[in-house]
Amino acid sequence: MDKKVFTKEMKDEGYQIAIPNMSPVHFNIMKRIFINHGYKPVLLENSSPSVIQEGLRYVHNDMCYPCLLVIGQIIDAINRGIVNKDRCAVIISQTGGGCRASNYYFLLMKALERAGLGNIPVISANLQGMNANPGFNISFPMLVQAFTALVYGDLIMLLSNQVRPYEINKGDTDRMIDKWTVILGDCYEKNRGYFWGNMKKKLNAISDDFASIPVKRTPKVKVGVVGEIYMKYSRLGNSDLQGFLEKEDCEVMLPPMMGFVLYCFSNGIKDEEYYGGRMKYAFVMKHIGMPILSIVEKWSEEAVLRHPEFNRAASFKELEEYGERFIDRGCKMGEGWLLTAEMVELIEKGYGNIVCTQPFGCLPNHICGKGMIRPLKEAYPDSNIVPIDYDPSATKVNQENRIKLMLAVAKEKLEEEK
Amino acid sequence: MLKVGIDVGSTTMKTVAMREDNTLVYSDYQRHFSQIIEKGREMLKSMMDAIGDEEVTIALSGSAGMGLAEAAGIPFVQEVYATRVAAKTFIPDTDTIIELGGEDAKILFLKNGLEVRMNGTCAGGTGAFIDQMATLLGISRDDIDRLSEQSTQIYTIASRCGVFAKSDIQPIINQGARIEDVASSVLVAVVNQTIAGLAQGRKIEGKVIYLGGPLTFIHRLRYFFDEALGTKGICPENSLYYVAMGSALSPGGKEMRISEVIKALESYRGQNDFVKLEPLFKDESEYQAFKERHAKAAVPFRNPAGYTGRAYLGIDSGSTTIKMCIISENGELMLTRYSPNNGNPVQAVHSFLASFYDAYPSITIAASASTGYGEDLMKTAFSLDYSLVETEAHFIGAKHFMPDVDFIIDIGGQDIKCFRIRDGVIDDIFLNEACSSGCGSFLQTFANTLGKSAEEFAQLAITAKAPVDLGSRCTVFMNSQVKQAQKDGASINDISAGLAISVVKNALYKVIRTSNPEELGRRIVTQGGTFLNDAVLRSFEKELGLEVVRPQIAGLMGAFGAALYAKMMAKRQDLRISTTISPEELDELKHTIKSVRCNGCTNHCMLTVNSFGTKRKLISGNRCEKPLTGKAPAAADRYDLYAYKQELLKGYMERKSGSRGTIGLPLALGMYELLPFYTVLFQSLGYDTIVSPFSSRDLYIKGQASIPSDTVCFPAKLMHGHIEYLTGQHPDMIFIPCSSYNINEDKGNNHFNCPVVAYYGEVIKGNQDTEGIPLILGYLSLESEKHLAKRISELFNVKKSEALKAVRAGFSELQAYRKKIMDKGAEIIRVSREENRQIIVLAGRPYHTDPEINHGIDRMIVQLGASVITEDSIAPLIGKGSVHVLNQWTYHARMYDAARYIAGEKDMNLVQLVSFGCGLDAVTTDEVREILRSEDRIYTQIKIDEITNLGAVRIRMRSLFAALEMEEEKEKAGSRNG
Repeated sequence: MDKKVFTKEMKDEGYQIAIPNMSPVHFNIMKRIFINHGYKPVLLENSSPSVIQEGLRYVHNDMCYPCLLVIGQIIDAINRGIVNKDRCAVIISQTGGGCRASNYYFLLMKALERAGLGNIPVISANLQGMNANPGFNISFPMLVQAFTALVYGDLIMLLSNQVRPYEINKGDTDRMIDKWTVILGDCYEKNRGYFWGNMKKKLNAISDDFASIPVKRTPKVKVGVVGEIYMKYSRLGNSDLQGFLEKEDCEVMLPPMMGFVLYCFSNGIKDEEYYGGRMKYAFVMKHIGMPILSIVEKWSEEAVLRHPEFNRAASFKELEEYGERFIDRGCKMGEGWLLTAEMVELIEKGYGNIVCTQPFGCLPNHICGKGMIRPLKEAYPDSNIVPIDYDPSATKVNQENRIKLMLAVAKEKLEEEK
Repeated sequence: MLKVGIDVGSTTMKTVAMREDNTLVYSDYQRHFSQIIEKGREMLKSMMDAIGDEEVTIALSGSAGMGLAEAAGIPFVQEVYATRVAAKTFIPDTDTIIELGGEDAKILFLKNGLEVRMNGTCAGGTGAFIDQMATLLGISRDDIDRLSEQSTQIYTIASRCGVFAKSDIQPIINQGARIEDVASSVLVAVVNQTIAGLAQGRKIEGKVIYLGGPLTFIHRLRYFFDEALGTKGICPENSLYYVAMGSALSPGGKEMRISEVIKALESYRGQNDFVKLEPLFKDESEYQAFKERHAKAAVPFRNPAGYTGRAYLGIDSGSTTIKMCIISENGELMLTRYSPNNGNPVQAVHSFLASFYDAYPSITIAASASTGYGEDLMKTAFSLDYSLVETEAHFIGAKHFMPDVDFIIDIGGQDIKCFRIRDGVIDDIFLNEACSSGCGSFLQTFANTLGKSAEEFAQLAITAKAPVDLGSRCTVFMNSQVKQAQKDGASINDISAGLAISVVKNALYKVIRTSNPEELGRRIVTQGGTFLNDAVLRSFEKELGLEVVRPQIAGLMGAFGAALYAKMMAKRQDLRISTTISPEELDELKHTIKSVRCNGCTNHCMLTVNSFGTKRKLISGNRCEKPLTGKAPAAADRYDLYAYKQELLKGYMERKSGSRGTIGLPLALGMYELLPFYTVLFQSLGYDTIVSPFSSRDLYIKGQASIPSDTVCFPAKLMHGHIEYLTGQHPDMIFIPCSSYNINEDKGNNHFNCPVVAYYGEVIKGNQDTEGIPLILGYLSLESEKHLAKRISELFNVKKSEALKAVRAGFSELQAYRKKIMDKGAEIIRVSREENRQIIVLAGRPYHTDPEINHGIDRMIVQLGASVITEDSIAPLIGKGSVHVLNQWTYHARMYDAARYIAGEKDMNLVQLVSFGCGLDAVTTDEVREILRSEDRIYTQIKIDEITNLGAVRIRMRSLFAALEMEEEKEKAGSRNG
């Protein structure tokens, strides 16, 4: 199996790049960055049952569900002509950790080959420089833009989730998201107005804007969603869990994506402490990387705190402390200790009703998700956590039934508190 | 105002009406056969007739009730919540509720913060499971209760998934266990499943309430629960109606008249938004053409009444059914019988033979052969001439219809068998793993729940306009999938067709794992009773896009093949007189079954002895040949590297007194590889090391209760038992190594551990009570001596120099240990070659050395006449190579290397052990197969879990050896000719 390379010529000729859309808020903002740097991104939203069919057909059925979905979605999109099969490339993330998710890239290549689409180049999205493609390189400005987009996206997601359930005029919140997606996109196009001083201003403006949406705040059941990253954010993955919960009259809290990025960066520091041999990386990360990142984190936090009705996200430092109460931070495959830390954070913040989403048979989740529920329950007897497994044949009825139980208990508690 | 509650469970519907003071004035309980809307209407009508059409408050609950609630516009109450409301009202001091339903199992802990456990997506049903088992045994549910009273012995049956348990029961039945004991074993399995799977470490105590159908109707089930929990639970009055009463009592019921609800249901139409597939047949004429085409694959029939002379008997003793046939000298079919074995296959054959001898005295049985699960039992019972492995029997049968057949697929009642034929030899074999059932008996059970016979149900599919897409997977999922489809308005025809399609997809994509149907072959013969269902056959052809052959005797192919084999062998060996039981002997045949414990060695195997008169008996359940031959087997490690490894590891279990105190080391997961390293390291630091023993069933059960994730792999689950054992030894501390990284053998892009091996210690820390003994999770890597010494000195508060010395001692011990394994491996290879034995590389991971994990598969292979070596004894013999996947896990890299190594060794074959639930093996199995395939080698995979059906493994291994033999013969013939 030869690796098909995404060449500079392909980029220049305007080959499309298919990207499975994991989190609409974030990815819609980032899309513009790709466009500005001369790429032709196509965010995949196709979600009909044929996606799962294609996944089952070309991926080992015991492989994790996100892998099946993402690969199925890509092949389905090609079959449907959403992207042109002769003039496109596909992109897939590669985290490079000890979780089997690091294999997605290879399994996608295998799957394309078997589907007779072996001519399509596969781009691995990673920061370690694995499996590079000459036509696709993330330049420094692009990286900075993507990083800021992540911060903006997180803030917008955080605030919109706290406003939408209470908005008086239906649709206000989503319109606000669209508005900022455009504003930020324009900034990226001009390559100005989105970083340093401007970033602080923009973050504050976003916060003010969302605070200005007319709302009627009545007590609602507050539900936190944690889990495997794709299952947590992707509508395709979790059958629009957020939509379901909001329809059940809940406020939903999704921990920001930045936590995961910082978690990935920080793991190298812990690795050095435990296993040695990565001194340079650990030093740079610990003394330069993380401090800079935490400045930006701080801006975002200050923006949220401008309005007392908003809950802020925990800082990474806090998350580390939360996690350590229950699990060693050496536990770093998949979502690792971060997953446990996020559950602690949610409980501490009043989102003690938690849906823990995971693909059926997810290896790290046996430990950091399901494995930690009992100690959490002992420490917080009032917490109300329901683990939900997702796989190609798990039925919505079953999943919703379990979530409904969690909600019934939550609603009862809400009544008592009233 | 009356309060009305409805509970729609997975199989039954309950309605209640209660007064303001919570007294029950009306209740009704009926099976709904998945016709939920109709049944709802009907039951509400009878309620209205009884209590009148006043305004009432009404609410609905139950796992299958969401659709009805929507249709009728009544509020839905989650059923666990409803149960709790009812319990709080009627028995306020309840501590724990155990509720089993048709397909659900739940435990509710009401004290100290409500905690609810429901069966996950993997755990099978309970009530439905008991029903299925009853069907399997050919008795009713009440019989199970009654028979269980007389049981004397309990067999272990997997307590994980219902489907799983089923495949455990089968061999027990086939070995001739008493039905009374099987009945009790089924109930105990349900109890274990509920307690282990749901309680997950939380003790069930205090006032326990039993609810739901099975617990109400089967008092022996309550008895076993009481026994397991050490308590006396209560099954309250109206225990069937708690959910219904709870929904009636829940606040938020809607005020309306019953007639309004009925009206809403009458006008309800499904949204018709289920996923539809193409119809199986465009029109009637297409169906007729299809039928005519398949009618051609017939065997000539000959009336036995006019026949005199030699005939051949074939018996296929399958898992649920027994098939027999008698053919003439010319191969014409004379007599056939296809019957369920009702738990007693011997009886079924007995009656067939008796009536045959009676009716046709002028026909002589010239030779006979048996095949299938009960092959040995049949051969012994009726003194048959031959027996053969079932894959071979099916192949012989298929060749009769299509001499150049290149693929055979057999879907029976319980299992799917497929094999590819290459150059006239059985090549790849696929058997369904215990979890992905969805075979024939599933269609049958489903038809029955809808109140139809299997044939009627199949016929419905033929005219389906828009078959439902139900996906492919296990029975448990399928049931809820069907419920959803019904909710969405699918007709029973569409469902029948959808199920047929899903059976086919399950076989193709789950068992055979094909992505491109063309790779199966073009000359396909389908067999097994399930293919007699035209809908299944048609789906198969449509899915493959080609026409296949279905012999009209598809259900009898094993027996037919066995008869042909008997005929062939008789000719080849010039057999004059068959040993087959004579009519006189048959009349006097007495069959007795006894269970005895073997005292030949410390294993103390439970033996089942089937005796037929005084002359013949069959012993099963043994793990070595001692009970058969009376002689001690050859030195265990002569041909078996697994046995040798176990011996070596035992050496490290010896304790040495130490000044620093005692430290417990669990022999599980990564410790299997690193035991030599850690014992020597700790001993040289001055610790007395206590190592837990090899796992056993008992050890597993002791730790079972604290397992939080029921889908994690078995080797990880065993860790809990080891910690439990160590806790009992009261060491000063227990050490579990944790590490993202394994030893760097420079064979891949990285050298990770899998997440479970890496961090399982965290699960122990969070979920297991070590009675105050400190648990040390050492995040350590064996990459750098110096860094490791630093970490050890920090963790155990010892001087760095001392730590470094200990680390070095550990490393040199580990190297010595690895060298011994390599040397022994080389020796076994040499000895085997001298003695002309096949060599099997039983490739797994270091912890597969555990006898409880590998279930003695190594010994079984040795018994079959081959030798067994490990993947790690040959992996280092070959240099770094490239593979098509991310190669970054140390243990897995060894398997790739082993596969590459044997590619050039003709007398070695690789059998891969895969732990159920091992996520990484989804990657490795495909890749190992690909490596072997590219070198034209056979790939065999064995999935193992807490209970493994060794019978199926045996079939697989025997088929492999049969294929190798045939290949060899071919080669010999080839060289003679060339």
